[in-house]
Amino acid sequence: MEHNVCAIELKGITKRFGEVVANDGIDLQLNRGEILSLLGENGSGKTTLMNMLSGIYFPDEGKIFVNGEPVSIRSPKDAFACGIGMIHQHYKLVDVFTAAENIVLGLEEGGKLDIKAAEAKVRDICKRYGFDIDPGQKIYDMSVSQKQTVEIVKVLYRGADILILDEPTAVLTPQETDKLFEVLRAMKADGKAIVIITHKLHEVMALSDKVSVLRKGKYIGTVKTSETSPQALTDMMVGHAVTLNIDRPRYERPVKRLEVKGLTVLDGEGVKKLDNVSFTALGGEILGVAGIAGSGQKELLEAISGLCLVNQGEILYTPDGQAPANLVGKTPMQIRKAGVAMAFVPEDRLGMGLVGSMGMTGNMMLRSWKKGPGVFLNRKDPNELALRVWKELEVVTPSTDFPVRRMSGGNVQKVLVGREIASAPSVLMTAYAVRGLDINTSYTIYNLLTEQKMKGVAVIYVGEDLDVLLELCDRILVLCGGKVSGVVDARSAAKEQIGLLMSALGGKEAEA
Amino acid sequence: MSHEKKIPLIRLAKRDGMEGWKVWCIRCGSILFALLLGALVMGLAGANPVTAYGTMISGALGKKSAVRQTVKIAVPLLGCALAIAPCFKMRFWNIGAEGQITAGAIAASYFALFWANRLPSPVLLLVMGLAGALAGGLWALIPAFFKAKWNTNETLFTLMMNYIIIGVVRWLQGGPWEGRKGSQIIPQFDEAACLPRVLGVHCGWIIVLVLVVFMHVYMNHTKHGYEIAVIGDSINTARYAGMNVGRVMMRTMFLSGAISGIVGFIVASGANNTLYDGVAGGVGFTSITVAWLSQLNAFAMVGISGLLAVLSKGAETLQTRMAVPTSISDIITGILLFCMLGCEFFINYKLIFRGAGRKEARHG
Repeated sequence: MEHNVCAIELKGITKRFGEVVANDGIDLQLNRGEILSLLGENGSGKTTLMNMLSGIYFPDEGKIFVNGEPVSIRSPKDAFACGIGMIHQHYKLVDVFTAAENIVLGLEEGGKLDIKAAEAKVRDICKRYGFDIDPGQKIYDMSVSQKQTVEIVKVLYRGADILILDEPTAVLTPQETDKLFEVLRAMKADGKAIVIITHKLHEVMALSDKVSVLRKGKYIGTVKTSETSPQALTDMMVGHAVTLNIDRPRYERPVKRLEVKGLTVLDGEGVKKLDNVSFTALGGEILGVAGIAGSGQKELLEAISGLCLVNQGEILYTPDGQAPANLVGKTPMQIRKAGVAMAFVPEDRLGMGLVGSMGMTGNMMLRSWKKGPGVFLNRKDPNELALRVWKELEVVTPSTDFPVRRMSGGNVQKVLVGREIASAPSVLMTAYAVRGLDINTSYTIYNLLTEQKMKGVAVIYVGEDLDVLLELCDRILVLCGGKVSGVVDARSAAKEQIGLLMSALGGKEAEA
Repeated sequence: MSHEKKIPLIRLAKRDGMEGWKVWCIRCGSILFALLLGALVMGLAGANPVTAYGTMISGALGKKSAVRQTVKIAVPLLGCALAIAPCFKMRFWNIGAEGQITAGAIAASYFALFWANRLPSPVLLLVMGLAGALAGGLWALIPAFFKAKWNTNETLFTLMMNYIIIGVVRWLQGGPWEGRKGSQIIPQFDEAACLPRVLGVHCGWIIVLVLVVFMHVYMNHTKHGYEIAVIGDSINTARYAGMNVGRVMMRTMFLSGAISGIVGFIVASGANNTLYDGVAGGVGFTSITVAWLSQLNAFAMVGISGLLAVLSKGAETLQTRMAVPTSISDIITGILLFCMLGCEFFINYKLIFRGAGRKEARHG
């Protein structure tokens, strides 16, 4: 395949959703044998743009050219016909099927299904680009990164030579990310055109040949990676200069707030989700919790806040000037009243801590609905709180009654975190507080957490981005397969060290 | 211009919210559209649609006696729609209102049949109402308990419970409560056990109007109503906020069943003056339509239940005067439901036809 041939060209692409202009006259160009990073804050229209290439949306205006020919992409099928394949953030795989079965699923080939031939072809693709999967393995036996590999092989199998990856590294360990990048480079050398959507600047710098930046639906520009810097890219994304350093002051007198001893939690099927977990959280400190997705982070927070059954162990909580009390066996309401707050941002952003159909006032009420005598609701206080959070955190919403489901992701998270902070907790637990947020809003949240820490609150921060964990936290607890595989000092630890801890224990288990 | 042809003929775009008055215009428009389709059906059935609709309206609202009949049909529909509204808000699919009405009617009938001589009429009626509420509530509590404890499927559970309780009535009719031997009929209630009339209709209509206000306040201004709304949106969020989801489910179902039970008392004591196996007569199911069409808004239910009552009473007249089968009202109700649910689609989405996008862009 020839290099330096224009694979995709977008001209004046516009897409509106009601009043919102998601993409406003976007121009983009990508050659074969090139990797393009599509960079932009949340809600800047990256995914919308790529969804138009993969046939999920149809543009309102503008033209798409593939290999110089004008095309009209009306469905994912049309996209495949043009050789465009997209790997979505959420994998679309059938758990009980094998890799090869998933790969051929939905392909309309004449004749009988020849799974042997398909497997051979899959192996061939794997060998060519250095993938490491077994075509006969069932999806439910696979790790997250293996599932991602299946998705990539799936589009290659269908003959895609233009690949779009939507935030592929969000769920990977640093080691897995490196492996993915190697594969992508191999594909590039083979003449494929690759678009990668990402938030992480260091990945942009490491991988791509050029970077296109979107801001609020508008096309800002394209630069060569070799001629730019993370700072310059950030300025392009945000529109004004921002400092990239998280301020990390030290708190004078940290005191013991929470001590977890030998915590064990089983799920409904009797599988150990947390196994003998012990640690302490200090007031005036941010304790980071790292680990690949599903290592027990959710269960840990749920156990502390009383939402899931503890099978063994103690959670000793020491409020200011009081004797330690065991939280195990208390109701969520009692624990919250004692001053332990949790802000968990699930994948869909709502569904845990927020009521999508209600406005800010209704959601503030989740903390206070029971207060006050009688059977009637007190709307006045929650409404005042909503107005305060609206103003202080600069939440973008037309009114405090506007359903949070229809707000953008960042604003939803501001409402959630703002409400938890407003309750003046002495232990504040957050999970994925910046999930999917843009840099600007993320920093607002980091600053809020640091502010709480300097007030003497014990902050527990469950995060995905190791770079942020290393910059924000004081200590980092690493979970692996429900066990604590290490606690490191965030000021001196190296990223690779944490990466190893995230996967090390799992490896040992497998051997045993 | 080959590119032009490849643009899909119709595309959908999500609307970003609409002004309230426009939404209601669309909804009213859909009712009109449904009535037009209904006219077509009547034409096919061999009746002149204009005279047919005229006959229906005059049959339902023309005379005082007709209005009374229509109100009598609307009362249980409205009461029962109010009963299931909190369950549906909670996304607890209670389709057992039919059985809960029957349970309430049985309990009320017990006092009507065996205590009529021992209590003064107002006390007797009060006891009957309370017994009806309690029986309906307990009957509804059973599936709620199983759902809360073992997460059983409430839809099937509540549905099956209907047949059990109707079987109980049949047994009572042919056994212990049978009037004349072999008649299979429970005797008429004593005068003291019948609801008094106000403006020519049994006073059940006043009870349900009070319930309308009660349900509106309960759903929108109380802590209970808030809990129901949160659980309906997300059970995880409710748990997180410290709500005892199982308890709220049982409490709400008890309330729902209790109101259905009161409806059962009203129907047995006010409309039929006796108990028989058809006491609920499908009201428990039709009221689901009423609740859904009203978007669980208590005040809208008054209008919708009235509309369905007019259709159903009007269809009766249509049959006697023009020999059009009464099932025509069921057909029109079905078309109405279809159109009103369908119009929600146009409220949430707009259609863009090929080529229209350009004009729009030029205007914009």
